[in-house]
Amino acid sequence: MHLSLIDYSIIAIYFVFVLGIGFALRGRMKTSDDFFLSGRSIPGWITGLAFMSANLGALEVMGHAANAAKYGMFVNHFYWMAAMPAMCFVGVFMMPFYYGSKVRSVPEFLKLRYNEKTRTLNAFSFAIMTLLVSGIDLYAMAILFQRMLNWPFWSSVMASALVVAIYIYLGGLTSSIYNEVLQFFLIVFGFLPLAILGLKEVGGFVGLEAKLATLPNPGYGHTWANIWRADMNPMGINWFGTVFGLGFVLSFGYWCTDFLVVQRAMAAKDMPAAQRTPLIAAVPKMFFPLLIILPGLVAISLDPDLTKFLDGRYDNAIPAMLGKYYPSGLLGIGLTALLASFMSGMAGNVTAFNTVWTYDIYQTHINPGKSDGHYLKMGKFATVFAVAVGIATAFIVLRFNNLMDYLQLLFAFFNAPLFATFLLGMFWKRATPNAAFCGLLSGILGAAGHYTLYHFKVINYPSDMAANFYQAIWAFAICFGITVLVTFFTQPKKDEELVGLVYALTPKPRNEHLPWYERPGILAIGILALCVVLNIIFW
Amino acid sequence: MGLDIRWPIGIIFAIYGAILMVFGALTDPAIFERSLRVNIDVWWGAAMLVFGFFMGGLAYRASRQNRP
Repeated sequence: MHLSLIDYSIIAIYFVFVLGIGFALRGRMKTSDDFFLSGRSIPGWITGLAFMSANLGALEVMGHAANAAKYGMFVNHFYWMAAMPAMCFVGVFMMPFYYGSKVRSVPEFLKLRYNEKTRTLNAFSFAIMTLLVSGIDLYAMAILFQRMLNWPFWSSVMASALVVAIYIYLGGLTSSIYNEVLQFFLIVFGFLPLAILGLKEVGGFVGLEAKLATLPNPGYGHTWANIWRADMNPMGINWFGTVFGLGFVLSFGYWCTDFLVVQRAMAAKDMPAAQRTPLIAAVPKMFFPLLIILPGLVAISLDPDLTKFLDGRYDNAIPAMLGKYYPSGLLGIGLTALLASFMSGMAGNVTAFNTVWTYDIYQTHINPGKSDGHYLKMGKFATVFAVAVGIATAFIVLRFNNLMDYLQLLFAFFNAPLFATFLLGMFWKRATPNAAFCGLLSGILGAAGHYTLYHFKVINYPSDMAANFYQAIWAFAICFGITVLVTFFTQPKKDEELVGLVYALTPKPRNEHLPWYERPGILAIGILALCVVLNIIFW
Repeated sequence: MGLDIRWPIGIIFAIYGAILMVFGALTDPAIFERSLRVNIDVWWGAAMLVFGFFMGGLAYRASRQNRP
């Protein structure tokens, strides 16, 4: 692939704007609240798009396009069955506790609801997971640019990491959120022509369906039709594993408890804006299969043997399609969109890490009782540290061969049991602090045990992805079961300590004064209805 | 919040749109073989330019409303 001057200029302009936003915001970072929570002052549409975009990292874009080429429309489940209900749930039911309790992070909520032990366990596991994930985006980007353009691995890792570090260092979470909104629009405008040109070549949806039907596995063109039996769908997972593992445990675990996304909603200016954040994010998310899965499907229908332009690798779906269709000029926009997706994914991890590190680990255990300015400085230092570790993990990730599996594996370890802890904590006031700690710890250990058994082939699954789904189910079930069991033998917290933290003891947010299109419940019902329609069209 | 994010978005999309349209109009049409003989630079540049002006327009309207 050859870049001309115009493509380089387009990329350069992008860097100027991203850094410029950081510089424009640097005077506003006066307190640690400004730096870590944007002073809770951002309108809902901005936090909503940032919520969506922080999740649009390298793996999301490249990984799901590759999965679509490999497994077909089955991948739609990641969007329509997994993400949609979870995003509606966190907005309508969980945000009142997150935002209403004025906590500054997800682990801090665990401290209020349960105890310090549970918070610390979660803070450490989250910090480790985030650092392991942040390197993936860097790695995926550097490998891509090395393969496509012969840019050296080192220099693209360093250059993009440096830019991310600078804009977060200067403008904190606000800078990250603002850049994510810019990146969101760049990703849409950069990838949409792929879908348009791809559909034009294969003859529209009708032509694509006809081409997909001729592939060796006719299940490619369906989302649901092959879900009932594991041997009939390309991923080798039956309906229980898909619906419960992916649709319930993994997706609710990610969207409802991962601080990376929840942090964006916490920065919203008021409760209705916080509740709307995931709901606003759900609307573009619902249509992202058009940008990500469709190019993957077009690629495989034009090159079923991976010999023409895919070069033997499903992972090549997006870059190969960019190279195939984009002329100079638009190519610059497409590459900028890729860069934008890597940066928004990495920045999301860095801002979540620096907050949890500073509030939940440093301020709580290492150096409590200092001035606010001290913690602001620590946050800036943690930003630089997280980026440096991200660079180091990029080199660790070099040793793994399938990134999407690696990522879901990490989620199955840490997010899946955590969701049980939250579910019980928010909706069952009897759940006790000690039970939550035991449950969470055994959930993580259970996941580790399952992974060990699978790794040494004591138990077997048709694919790594299936193993991840079942690992998540086990981790969730163990955490849930142990928490309930231990609760009956331990002392619960008093009711008055739990006001604002548990459903039964918290006044419902009043929404009657809002116009109907701003009420979370109505928005959520609309989103789910639309989502059902999409599932039926592409069943 | 001081900085209205719609300004930088509007400006960068307007710049990109203008660059793409000018480049697409002046360049050798042979490069559009790959994009199925559509001059995608001009068309997509126009779409980006319109979006940029739309975002800038929203930001401008908001800045006037906020003024007392």
